[in-house]
Amino acid sequence: MSTVLKPGDTFGPITYPLTRADLVAYAEASGDPNPIHQDEEVARSVGLPGVIAHGMLTLGLAGRAVATWTDGAEVVELGCKFTNPVVVPADGAVEIVVSGTVKKVEDGLATIALEAMCNDVKVLGMPKAVVRA
Amino acid sequence: MPVDQSLVGREFPPTSQRAVTPDDVAAFASALGGPSDNGADAAIPPTYPIVLAFDAMNAFLAAEQIDLFRIIHGEQRFAYERPIRIGDRLTATLTVASLRQIGGADIIGTSSAIHDADGALVCTAKATLVHSGGPA
Repeated sequence: MSTVLKPGDTFGPITYPLTRADLVAYAEASGDPNPIHQDEEVARSVGLPGVIAHGMLTLGLAGRAVATWTDGAEVVELGCKFTNPVVVPADGAVEIVVSGTVKKVEDGLATIALEAMCNDVKVLGMPKAVVRA
Repeated sequence: MPVDQSLVGREFPPTSQRAVTPDDVAAFASALGGPSDNGADAAIPPTYPIVLAFDAMNAFLAAEQIDLFRIIHGEQRFAYERPIRIGDRLTATLTVASLRQIGGADIIGTSSAIHDADGALVCTAKATLVHSGGPA
């Protein structure tokens, strides 16, 4: 890995658009057929505001951003809470905006605090990646 | 119908082995918008083990007769012992770590240990699943 990470380094924001077609592609590639990611009626029947993106799709985009910023550093930890749903309209796209800050570098590991926003709302709770620095 | 409290601590059988193929990885990376922007296109996305964890969760839901559409993902954490590589043959073994009820929903904590064909731990995938109950 060629990128040197230092505490306080900031990355992004990178914007990733998401459409219903992306949800279909992610469902197929990940093997997650949950209809709350495809079907408005089912989503509303379980109390959701509409069709939502897979939380793992949003976290996957955050992981992609980390790979971009760190030149593909080895990830040893990645995680978050899914705090707010990403509602994806039938037409058009929503935007996921990912940014990150290096919090600490020790013992060869860099901890990157992430942020993922959609319509100015944080959609992931305390997303964090630890990479080999 | 609330999920049975006696599930806590139960380990479910390992999933059938899944080979990590270039095609599957490419499809997964492509669904996240393509290879990472720096050209590290051989890299396996760090969230790829969710495919294994999802296999294990599906088997768990089927065993407990829980509908997938009533499940919302509350939290996910991966801890890697080593990177996943093309050619790995992986299984996932799910354990129910915790269970509590809040406002009619079951909050199910699971931990899926992902092992390679030699039995070595590759990744631990911890998920919190929120089950929205529905008619009893």
